[in-house]
Amino acid sequence: MSDTQFDKSWQKRTTKQELLLWLGWLALVAFFVFCWEVMNKNTIWAFVSDAPRQAMDIGSRMVPPRWDYLPSLMEPLWDTIAIATLGTLMALFMAVPVAFMAARNTTPSTRFVRPVALLIIVSSRSINSLIWALLLVAIIGPGVMAGIVAIAFRSIGFVAKLLYEAIEEIDAVQVEAVSATGASKAQIMDYAVVPQILPAFAGITVFRWDINIRESTVLGLVGAGGLGLRLQESLNVLAWPQVTVIFILILITVLVSEWVSAKVRHAII
Amino acid sequence: MSASAATSYPRTWTRPPFVKRAWLRWALYLGALVYLIVSVGSVEVNWVRVWEGLDRGVRFVQGFLVPDFTSRWEDILIGMEESLTMTVASTVVGVLISVPIGIGAARNIAPLPIYAICRAIIALSRSFQEIIVAILFVAMFGFGPLAGFMTLSFATIGFLAKLLAEDIEDIDESQAEAVRATGAGWWQIVNYAIQPQVMPRLIGLSLYRLDINFRESAVIGIVGAGGIGATLNTAMDRYEYDSAAAILILIILIVMAAEYSSGYVRKWLQ
Amino acid sequence: MLRLEGLSKVYGTGDRALTDVSLSVEPGQVIGLIGPSGAGKSTLIRCVNRLVEPTSGKIFLGDLEITGLSRGGLRQARRRIGMIFQEYALVERLTVMENVLSGRLGYVGFWRSFFRKFPPEAIENAYRLLDRVGLSAHVNKRADALSGGQRQRVGIARALEQDPDLLLIDEPTASLDPKTSRQIMRLIVEICDERGLPAIINIHDVALAQQFVRRIIGLQAGKVVFDGSPDELDADVLTKIYGEEDWSATIRKVDEDGEEAGDDDDEGSEEHIAALDRERLAGLT
Repeated sequence: MSDTQFDKSWQKRTTKQELLLWLGWLALVAFFVFCWEVMNKNTIWAFVSDAPRQAMDIGSRMVPPRWDYLPSLMEPLWDTIAIATLGTLMALFMAVPVAFMAARNTTPSTRFVRPVALLIIVSSRSINSLIWALLLVAIIGPGVMAGIVAIAFRSIGFVAKLLYEAIEEIDAVQVEAVSATGASKAQIMDYAVVPQILPAFAGITVFRWDINIRESTVLGLVGAGGLGLRLQESLNVLAWPQVTVIFILILITVLVSEWVSAKVRHAII
Repeated sequence: MSASAATSYPRTWTRPPFVKRAWLRWALYLGALVYLIVSVGSVEVNWVRVWEGLDRGVRFVQGFLVPDFTSRWEDILIGMEESLTMTVASTVVGVLISVPIGIGAARNIAPLPIYAICRAIIALSRSFQEIIVAILFVAMFGFGPLAGFMTLSFATIGFLAKLLAEDIEDIDESQAEAVRATGAGWWQIVNYAIQPQVMPRLIGLSLYRLDINFRESAVIGIVGAGGIGATLNTAMDRYEYDSAAAILILIILIVMAAEYSSGYVRKWLQ
Repeated sequence: MLRLEGLSKVYGTGDRALTDVSLSVEPGQVIGLIGPSGAGKSTLIRCVNRLVEPTSGKIFLGDLEITGLSRGGLRQARRRIGMIFQEYALVERLTVMENVLSGRLGYVGFWRSFFRKFPPEAIENAYRLLDRVGLSAHVNKRADALSGGQRQRVGIARALEQDPDLLLIDEPTASLDPKTSRQIMRLIVEICDERGLPAIINIHDVALAQQFVRRIIGLQAGKVVFDGSPDELDADVLTKIYGEEDWSATIRKVDEDGEEAGDDDDEGSEEHIAALDRERLAGLT
C-alpha cells in the first residue's frame, strides 16, 4: 500500500461546480447592474450630486430644535399610544379565531376553512399598515379611528401567523392525556391547548404592540392621527426645528416601548 | 409522610396567582382598566363621516371583486418596475454593506472600538423607520426611486448586520478554536470557521429581507420615494378604487410568490 | 372486567398494527404487555379508550361495549379508564394540582373547570392522592419544575383522581432511571392491589415485567403470541416474541442498566409511530 499515489492538489468543488458557482455570481452582478440602470433611467443626477449640500442645509435648519413645540405634542403622543394599544387589542380578537382555523391540528376543515384563513393572513401581512391607513382614511375619514383599524388589520396576519405556528407545535401527547380523562372539547382546549400556547400568545402580543407603537407614530402622514399628523403639518411648512422635536419624541417613544416589551416578555417567559 | 386514615386534607384549593403581591395585582388590573376606558373615550369618531364613507367602502370592496388592471396599466407597470428594481438593488447593496458591519459588530471577533462604531451604525439604522428615512432622503436626493433605494439599503443594514452579528456571536466556539489552534490568522478564522457556519443563515436572511424590502417599497412611495406606492397613492387620490384594488392584489400576489420561492430556496440550501 | 374480541387496527398508511387480538382482564388483575417496538403495544392500549379508533373487533368494559359508543358515551366511558403515559404527558405549564384535578374533568362542567372550582371532595381526594404518591410538598409547583420520577407520580395521581375501574399504563418507566423505574412500578402495583384495580401495563423491560407482574402477554407484529405467568417466560418464548437472541442473561434477572431488552426495531415501526402521532392529533379537531 505504500506506493499509493495521492493527489497533490485538492479542490472543494469539482471544476464544473466551480464554474457554475462563478456563473451564478456573474448573473447576480449582471442582474444588479440591469436593475440599477432601469431604476435610475429617470434620475436627475444633478439633484443627486447636490445631495450633500442639501443634507447640510437641512441639518443646519433642523438645529436648534424648537423645544416649546413639545407640549403641543402630548395629545398626539397619547393618540399614538392609543392607536397602537387599541389596534393591537382589536387585532387579537380577530387573530385568535383565524389562527385556530389556520393551524393544521385545530382547523375545522383543511380543504375549505384553512385556505380562507391563510388568505386572510397573507393579505393582512402583505399590506403595510400605512397603506391600510391610506384606504381607511378614505373610507371612514381621517382620525384616530382609521389608525386603530389600520393597525388592527395589519396585525391580524402577523399575530395569527405566529400563533398558528405555535398551535401546530403543541405537544399532542398532553392533549391526548387530557382527552383520555373524558374531558369535553372545550375542556381539552382550556386544559391542554391553551396552557401550551399562552406564553407564545403573550409574547407575540407584546412584540406586536411594540412594532405597532413604531408604526402608529407615522400613520398620521396619511391622516390617521397621532404624531405623524404633526410631522406632516411641520413638513408642509418646512418647519424643520419642529420636525427635529418630533423625531426625538418618536425615538424616545420607540425606545421606551421596546424596553417595556422586552421587560414584559422576560417576565412572562 | 404516612397517610393515616385520620389525616384530613384541605377541601379547597385556589391557583397561585400570576402576580404574587395582591396590591400590585389589583393595581395592575385597575390601571389597565382605567387606561382602556380613558383611551377608548379619547377616540373621537365622526359617525356621520363614517356613515358617508361606507359608500366608498362598498365601492372599494367592489373594486376588489372586479379590479381594474387596464386603465392605469401603464402607471402600474412603471410603479412595479421601480419597486422591483429598487428592491433588488437595495437588497444587494444593503447585504454588501451589512456583512462587514455585521462582522465588526460581533463582540467575539471584533476589537472594541470597531465593535462600538458598528453597533452605533446598527442602532442608528434601526431606530428610524423606513418612512422617516425616506422623507429625509427625498428631501436630499429629490423625488424618485433613488431616494427609495437609499432608504431601503439603509434599513437593510440595521436589520441584517444586527442578525448577522448575533449569529456570529452564537457560533460554535469550539470550531473557531480548532481553526485558531492550527495557527490561522484573523482572516483565515473568518473564512474557515465563521463563514461556513453563518453562510446558510445569511442567505436565508437576505432572501427574507428581499421580501421585506418589496413590501416597504410599496409604502415609501407615499412620501415620494418612487415605486408602486406612488402609483397607489395617486390612484387613491383620484378615487380610482378599482385601480387601487388591482395594485393591492398585485402586491399581495408578488409577496406570496416571494415568500413561497424564498421558502423553497431556503429549504434547498439546507 | 375488560374483554377484547377480535380487535384489529389498520392505520391509514396501510400498516397493520393489530390483528385479531382477543383477551380478557379479570378484576384486580395486573397484566404486563411485552413485545418489540412496533409490535402494537401502544396501539392496543389506546384502542381500549379509543384514543386510536379500532378498525374492527369489540371492546367491553364490564357490560359496556366501548366500541359502539357515541361521542358523549365515549366521554363517560373514558372517565372510568385511567391512563398513565410514557413521557408523563403532564400539561407542563399547569400546576401539579391542576394536573391532578384534570382527572376530574369528565365529571364537571366547562365553566366550573374553567374557573378551577372543583367540588370539595375532588380537591380533598387530590390532596390525599398527592400525599399517597409522596408529593404533598409540591402541590402548587408547575409540572415542568419536577423531576421525571415526580412527574410520573403526578401522572399516577391524575389517573387515580378519575376513580377509575381500569388503568391503562403505557411504558411508565421508559424515561426513568432503573431505580426510579422500580419505585414507580412498585407504587403502581401496590396501588392496584390496594384498590383491586385491574391494569394493563405496556413495558419493554422484560425483567421489570417479570419482577412486578403476575400475568404477561407477549405481542409480536400485532398478534398475541404468549399469554401466561412470568415463570413460563423462557428463551423459546422470548425468541417467539422478540426474535433470535441470547436470552440467558435476561430471564429472571433484573438488568441493572435499565436498557431496553428489545430495542431491535421491527421494520415499519417508524411508520407505526408516525401514524399513531397523526391519530393523536386527530383528537384535537
